[in-house]
Amino acid sequence: MSRVAAGARVLALVAATVVLAASPACVQSDARRPGSATMSPQTRAMQRDDAQNPAMLWVADGEALWSRAAGPAGRACADCHGDARASMRGVAARHPAYDEASRRPVDLGQRIAACRQRHQQAGPLAPESHERLALEAYVALQSRGMAVAPPADPRLDAHRERGRALFHQRIGQLDLACAQCHDANAGKRLGGSTIPEAHPTGYPIYRLEWQSAGSLQRRLRGCMGGVRAEVPPYDAPDLVDLALHLASRAAGMIVDAPGVRP
Amino acid sequence: MARAIVNVPATARRGDVIEIRTLIAHPMETGYRVAADGQRVARDLVRRFTCRYNGEVVFAAELFPATAANPYLVFCTVAVDSGTLAFTWEGDRGFAQTETVAIRVT
Repeated sequence: MSRVAAGARVLALVAATVVLAASPACVQSDARRPGSATMSPQTRAMQRDDAQNPAMLWVADGEALWSRAAGPAGRACADCHGDARASMRGVAARHPAYDEASRRPVDLGQRIAACRQRHQQAGPLAPESHERLALEAYVALQSRGMAVAPPADPRLDAHRERGRALFHQRIGQLDLACAQCHDANAGKRLGGSTIPEAHPTGYPIYRLEWQSAGSLQRRLRGCMGGVRAEVPPYDAPDLVDLALHLASRAAGMIVDAPGVRP
Repeated sequence: MARAIVNVPATARRGDVIEIRTLIAHPMETGYRVAADGQRVARDLVRRFTCRYNGEVVFAAELFPATAANPYLVFCTVAVDSGTLAFTWEGDRGFAQTETVAIRVT
């Protein structure tokens, strides 16, 4: 009996050692801050309160679209996926993910657009269209409070690595890489705004400057235009690869979609 | 589509001050902006918001170009009777939307 107890104690010790060995990663993850952490208290209150958060207008539309039949197939999202609150739980947290059909990583918006074309035979959902953002916001809401969990699919590795390289690649007339602002100078000011750490936990976001909801792709394109670089078109592989890298940087952080940003 | 979010307590005690929060999807185009083609973008505003409690106006507001898109309005009223609260937004280009919410006063 006592030997069993002793064995258990040794096991517990081993487990504790393993946890301790893994703890530097945990400490690091605690030090990471989402974009909402540097916002004004007013904007944070706006994000926290669903009655105030304008992105909930998109969520409400997405919920309506979810059960509305579309295309010649006459099928709605709900006909295959059922109740989104159960079936879509955690889906946004693990995107971008590998898409078997196109043999590429796709982000959540692209996945929704592809699903709509393949299974509903409906017309394409244009990037940043109201319908795509609405469905994306509704699906993203179902992952609120969950940890960002990039899939460990080896087919994504090359793309993730390419995204990492793009993040560190100097671009544009200002000759700046993403990392120079968002790694080296995060938390400092760029003009009137605080530079966030580039953890995409809240997308799609309602951005006050846009007066509208928008996707991570729109945010990335805005940054690229800001450093006077050539801006890739929506759904370009560069944008998805970058999103993959950003998701792996934010792995374990809490999804707070749909967010509000200044 | 559901383009307005209205937040009213479902029940209240008679005499209670209740907070009402409304959010509506609207571009609130000022009429001062110039589009990429050089043409002025036509004004498209919510001009007036009205809240009626069992038919009686308890709150109204006029909105102007300085209001941001998707206007959010918060106001209070006194719970007097069970019934309905009707919210109406009216504006340019014949914009009119009404939402009604039931409230039970005990």
